[in-house]
Amino acid sequence: MAAIKEVERLETDEGGMGYLQSLPRRVVTVYLPLLVFLVVLLFPFYWMTITAVKPNLEMTDYVNYNPFWVVHPTLEHIRYLLFETSYPGWLLNTIIISTAATFLSLAAAVLAAYAIERLRFSGARQVGLAVFLAYLVPPSILFIPLSVMVFNLGLYDTPFALILTYPTFLIPFCTWLLMGYFRSIPFELEECALIDGASRWQILTKIVLPLSVPGLISAGIFAFTLSWNEFIYALTFIQSSEKKTVPVGVLTELVRSDVYEWGALMAGALIGSLPVVVLYSFFVEHYVSSMTGAVKE
Amino acid sequence: MTVPSVAVQSRPSILSRLAESRNALGFGFMLPAAALLLVFLTYPLGLGVWLGFTDTRIGRPGIFIGVENYEYLWSDSVFWLSVFNTLLYTVSASILKFVLGLWLALILNEKLPFKSFFRAIVLLPWVVPTVLSAIAFWWIYDSQFSILSWALQQMGLIDHRINFLGDPTNARASVIAANVWRGIPFVAITLLAGLQTIPQSLYEAATLDGASRWQLFRYVTLPLLTPIIAITMTFSVLFTFTDFQLIYVLTRGGPVNATHLMATLSFQRGIAGGQLGEGAAIAVAMIPFLLAAILFSYFGLQRRRWQQGGGD
Repeated sequence: MAAIKEVERLETDEGGMGYLQSLPRRVVTVYLPLLVFLVVLLFPFYWMTITAVKPNLEMTDYVNYNPFWVVHPTLEHIRYLLFETSYPGWLLNTIIISTAATFLSLAAAVLAAYAIERLRFSGARQVGLAVFLAYLVPPSILFIPLSVMVFNLGLYDTPFALILTYPTFLIPFCTWLLMGYFRSIPFELEECALIDGASRWQILTKIVLPLSVPGLISAGIFAFTLSWNEFIYALTFIQSSEKKTVPVGVLTELVRSDVYEWGALMAGALIGSLPVVVLYSFFVEHYVSSMTGAVKE
Repeated sequence: MTVPSVAVQSRPSILSRLAESRNALGFGFMLPAAALLLVFLTYPLGLGVWLGFTDTRIGRPGIFIGVENYEYLWSDSVFWLSVFNTLLYTVSASILKFVLGLWLALILNEKLPFKSFFRAIVLLPWVVPTVLSAIAFWWIYDSQFSILSWALQQMGLIDHRINFLGDPTNARASVIAANVWRGIPFVAITLLAGLQTIPQSLYEAATLDGASRWQLFRYVTLPLLTPIIAITMTFSVLFTFTDFQLIYVLTRGGPVNATHLMATLSFQRGIAGGQLGEGAAIAVAMIPFLLAAILFSYFGLQRRRWQQGGGD
């Protein structure tokens, strides 16, 4: 929240001394580097898009066709991807798994964050620190023991293997983010409600949650994006082709032997990225402020 | 209840009951999160350490073999190569991400038209699933149809195609470049948030005192930005050190293990090769490095506390 206000404040009187710089100097120090940054950062997306609609003939013939452009755009790769591979199934799997993991983690994180931040039970500070440390445990060191557990619990090759393991990185993150939001809600509101005889549960659902909707939205988007992008667990715990998620499916099923279907691969990468990009573009302000807010805590 | 007369006497008991219920409530509220984290995070962490001391394979429970896995790794040149690669990858990618990210943050902090639009667009590489953008890089680095080779050839800078992922040195540089590409937005946007908390008046005062642009940066911007730099870079180092996806997509550790990171080697030995015990031992070997990074962050925070006069 503080970050948004800060940004707004600075946008009204930004660049207080900007008039001291001449235009040519600004072109060299600001606009030119910015242009280079944008070109480099966005080129892979352009290349992805252009390859996805390029006929195979043009894709490999750099002599007669300029590779930066497409002469006869085609939807063949996208048609192939959607109707001749399991791609739609992977999309559906990813949506189901990400949504379930997100809601599970959000519910657990709301309760935990409220307890740590507002109930102040004994040891709340230590628990808060433990949650933060849990966020620092990377999936790269957990996937082997988790695969043993998943197998022993009979969850191997089921969506539940992912729905139950994704919260290991989602809950710490969401809890940490929501703790920051709950902290910004004045204590007085809760005290009033307590005096009026509200239970803790009523306070949480009727006062705290409505006030922290922006926090819930950004935590939800964050969690959804993280689950959508997750790779190593999905690669390790899922085996059957039709149960895979998009990142794993695109990589392991679309790459067959030595013949790379570059068009279909790029189309798969593009379509797999779109939901996250669309979701994020709607809530970009929340996203930026909560990301920076979470880091600042 | 005869409230007025009892109130004084019963205050301690009400307070203690309140405290009790606080703890009971707190326990209840913490339960779902704690249960999930204990079962799927804390327990596997311990299980991983245990597995490192066993010879477990896929489909066969192992027995305790002491430090045999570690002894084997100690004399395994591929393991040491992966340690070297991980450090090289982490250090060079982090430095590049920091320098370029800070530069981009400084640019975005200038007065610009469509500022929020640029800020949003710059984040794209970080939002898109790593595996999917890595696949795009795979195609960009293709040995035959690389667009980079083609463009450089057209400009007359090189006379033959670059073998981006086939040659050890090139492959290392290529995966580092892809990692930097993905990491710049995170560093830039978080540092930008830090930059925006620095009051303009400090710059005005320094300018009146005759400070040059470099001095403004060196003596105003950098010291005030240090705390957020420490946190951002710790996260960046942690994520880079434990990276798996990018390598798995681009090179799978090749050519001749030149790009194997500890995480990919752990996957290759543990899951693909079925040697769960050995894979777990490699993963456990990453922990000391991670602890070092976290301690680094902790001291960064200490410094921040000190800068803010003890309060935090």
